[in-house]
Amino acid sequence: MAVEAAVAPLAPPRRFPTLRRLFRHRLFLIGLVLFGTVVVLAVGAELIAPHAPARMQFRMRFRPPGEGFLLGTDNFGRDILSRLVFGARLSLGIGFAVVLVTGIAGTIIGLAAGYFRRLDEPLMRAMDALMAFPAVMLALAIAAALGPSAVNAVIALSVVYIPRTARIVRASVMVVREMEYVQAALAFGGRHLWILWRHVLPNSLAPLIVQLTFIFAYAVLAESILSFLGVGPPPPTPTWGNMIAEGKDYIREAWWIAMWPGLAICLTVLGLNLLGDGLRDVLDPRLKVQQG
Amino acid sequence: MLRFAATRLVAALPVLLLVSLVSFSVMHLIPGDPASVIGGPAATNQEIDAIRQQLGLDRPFLEQMLAWYGHVLQGDFGRSILLNTTVWQAVVDRVPVTFSLSVLALFMTIVAGVPAGVIAALRANTAVDAAVTGMALLGVSVPSFWLALMLIVLFSVILEWLPTGGYVPFAESPVDWFRSLLMPSLSLALLQMGLLARITRATMLEVLRQDYVRTARAKGLPRVMVIGKHALKNVMVPVITVIGISFGLLLSGSIVIETVYSLPGIGRLLATSIFGRDYPVIQGTLLLTATMLVLVNLVVDLLYAAIDPRVRYGR
Repeated sequence: MAVEAAVAPLAPPRRFPTLRRLFRHRLFLIGLVLFGTVVVLAVGAELIAPHAPARMQFRMRFRPPGEGFLLGTDNFGRDILSRLVFGARLSLGIGFAVVLVTGIAGTIIGLAAGYFRRLDEPLMRAMDALMAFPAVMLALAIAAALGPSAVNAVIALSVVYIPRTARIVRASVMVVREMEYVQAALAFGGRHLWILWRHVLPNSLAPLIVQLTFIFAYAVLAESILSFLGVGPPPPTPTWGNMIAEGKDYIREAWWIAMWPGLAICLTVLGLNLLGDGLRDVLDPRLKVQQG
Repeated sequence: MLRFAATRLVAALPVLLLVSLVSFSVMHLIPGDPASVIGGPAATNQEIDAIRQQLGLDRPFLEQMLAWYGHVLQGDFGRSILLNTTVWQAVVDRVPVTFSLSVLALFMTIVAGVPAGVIAALRANTAVDAAVTGMALLGVSVPSFWLALMLIVLFSVILEWLPTGGYVPFAESPVDWFRSLLMPSLSLALLQMGLLARITRATMLEVLRQDYVRTARAKGLPRVMVIGKHALKNVMVPVITVIGISFGLLLSGSIVIETVYSLPGIGRLLATSIFGRDYPVIQGTLLLTATMLVLVNLVVDLLYAAIDPRVRYGR
């Protein structure tokens, strides 16, 4: 097969070819800058916030952006910039936790369904059932049932996104399963778990990483919806969603209260989408069309 | 084709069964006691017991579930606790609002998304392409409820062109109906527009590389004809895909958009009943919307099969 290719003079192998291609992908770099900025803000919240996020100064209520408060103050006279950077910590934290839980559970389910034919039907029908619900509706119902908190938001969003991850993993496992090296490993008497770990998982990783990047973006968006509706982490803890919810009531007089957190969500999600696009182009060029 | 339709329908049945199971059990995750929430803080123990009995919450979980299935299979979704109507009636009353909203949003999506994607593909790697792709990316990154608020600031508060919320039935005044839904459907549509533009662009680029397009060009067919006759036909596939995905996204979005614009639709019904712990409405709404989505996906699958014979034999 590869005889012709072998005849061509070999270029000296470069180290980290994937990383190199990623860093030549312009949109990926923009995404990295956007998302990186938000991560830095979240990590360094204590250093960056000019005020304590919960400190109320009633004489300073509804200050427009500028004079002493870079992004203005809210209806309790709290500094919006400070609340924004602490909110970033929570939004990214919840998003990342969802990615982690979804990644692990979705991978296990996807591997099991794709590799063991007998498990495929029951597992995937269960995933189909969960995917039949509109994502936010199901997450809202679960989060409301469990009670408003960050952990429960993570649980609710994970339930919604695990099937979407499992499906991607299963699809690539079904391709890998038929490969000759897997058949060979089986013929040599390799155990199923070892084959899954050694051969199947590494070869299914690329689409998984791409999918998880997009799930991070969806999770940040969906968390803001849950918080906006009042089933996220409860106030006075600042989240981008509940900041917008508070600003909603003052939208006529003080539009900036609701505007900044929304912009923060946009930039974060845009950054993650760009990262996802870049990763997909480089890692998994076959997946040109991404479906939510 | 008929056999394909039959097998797909049969495959949907276990999914529907699981969907109903999830719809029923979700609300039983509640750690607190729904009866005391419904009764309110002033209720006495006897009153709470009475509510519990009335709703059957004192019976074992399995018994409650079987009773629920028995009723649902007869088309009886129970009575709402808060609204003083049946669940079925509550849902049916709100369908026109959510339906109007979704149809308008879908219309905007297709009218803006398809041409944008086609133009981006025809002008690939130019400034036009970059602008469309950039807008599409922005569209899938903006939170719809925030966009909704910003639209209110611009069009209702500053320009005073459109109402900040509320719904006017079509039969009452078509113009006001349209005005009441313009901002909500735009907020909902932006996400799908982005999706559709991106998918259309990708498909179009793929099609333009195909041999039959090159042949058509080579035999001297004008560019307009090639695109109109050969390429656009293939763009139908992503359009159907997005419409299939859209119903789920629209229903998801309707919860928060109907809340912001105070539109009495399905999404708002679900949101208020979740916060009011209105069990029967939550279960009924979840079940009915999910069932509808399963059926929509079934129709989408069948449409694929009708358009593309490979699908019929492939699976």
